[in-house]
Amino acid sequence: MCTVCGCGADEAKIEGGEHAHTHVHADGTVHTHHHGDDHEHTHSHDHAPDGAHSHVHRHANGSTHVHEHVHQGEHDHDHGDLDYGAGPARAHVPGLSQTRMVQIEQDILSKNNAHAAKNRACFDERGIFALNLVSGPGSGKTTLLVETIKRLKDRVAIAVVEGDQQTANDAERIRATGVPALQINTGKGCHLDGHMVGHAIERLAPAEESLFLIENVGNLVCPAAFALGEHHKVAILSVTEGEDKPLKYPDMFRAADVLLLNKCDLLPYLAFDADLAEANARRVNPRLTVFRVSATQGDGMEAWLAWLTAGLEAQRAKRNETVTALKARVAELERQLAGH
Amino acid sequence: MHEMSLAEGVLQLVEETAQREGAQRVKLVVVEIGQLSSVEPEALRFCFEAVAQGGIARGAALEIVDVPGSGWCQPCAATVPMVASYAACPRCGGYQLQPTGGSEMRVREIEIE
Repeated sequence: MCTVCGCGADEAKIEGGEHAHTHVHADGTVHTHHHGDDHEHTHSHDHAPDGAHSHVHRHANGSTHVHEHVHQGEHDHDHGDLDYGAGPARAHVPGLSQTRMVQIEQDILSKNNAHAAKNRACFDERGIFALNLVSGPGSGKTTLLVETIKRLKDRVAIAVVEGDQQTANDAERIRATGVPALQINTGKGCHLDGHMVGHAIERLAPAEESLFLIENVGNLVCPAAFALGEHHKVAILSVTEGEDKPLKYPDMFRAADVLLLNKCDLLPYLAFDADLAEANARRVNPRLTVFRVSATQGDGMEAWLAWLTAGLEAQRAKRNETVTALKARVAELERQLAGH
Repeated sequence: MHEMSLAEGVLQLVEETAQREGAQRVKLVVVEIGQLSSVEPEALRFCFEAVAQGGIARGAALEIVDVPGSGWCQPCAATVPMVASYAACPRCGGYQLQPTGGSEMRVREIEIE
């Protein structure tokens, strides 16, 4: 949920009706699952089993206090031991406070990142090239997608995920081109997350060596932090916006690998300085690849399509390499077995 | 931005750990927030207080440890301090900076009893 836009986590739904957290199985049974049930383990890293020492804490109000506490053998990972038996009932050292510190050392986004990594592995296994398209509302993302799809669909299989707070309008526009699309409505949510996209992959079952396009919720802030498993984030900025948008929303332009400067056919009628916009974008992200395009007029689309095609080929080659390496390994093992 | 999602992420890690450790109460949560991360510390503090209501971490103090931003400046071939992702290199004034530190958002540790 977002303090800016007031979005909540509970209203997300994937097109098709059911709540994102409720699953319908092939045999028609329905179950709702709880997301805290991930099979992940956080490890507490205590410095010394049975060791007692003190820490100094600084509180929000600026006051400081020192307190002592005991570490009593919670899996000391230096030795590789995992002692889950060190429960709460153990004895405390007399005279010491019963409070203790437990180290967590985990990224706040670790759950989302785990979902994203799973999605990424799924894409790589199947040789799929996946992109996460991000921009503010109204930059022309969907039109750009439609025009891209029209030009590519005879050469490569394409599947599209559309993220919006409400309506299935965008998915309908994509389906009109003849490629499968799935709408995810995030409800009050301001971004797609790795878990939602995981379900979308299951639902769309993208073909091997295909292009998987995810159009994120129109928002230049929140989607920057949430990986979906994509190979690249592609930011879209239109020339009817301000040249300083990359400076105003630096996180998004830093997270992206590609910037599409869209609606360039309108440049003669606007005071927009495209060079300045590019310079601003490179200021927050020096390694950004920039394409100037007009989705409606087709200007610059060839360079963008060439970049897409190169990405698709790289994914294919990587997968073939893996398959070839595995085949070679199998042949080598068979040869060794035959020798014995 | 999305600090409520992040606060829920913090709470999830805290509650899992507290439960596993058999804690009665969480007194303190220490998080590290990098200067170049996408978190507004005050918004996170506000949201954490809200989401922690009614759980084991209710009323826990949230200590936010600032991690300074740093970046690699290509022209200078050096690591330099970076105060924002659009900041210039303090040495040469250029923008050929790649952030190398200060983008973390981590739960470091909790104090339980």
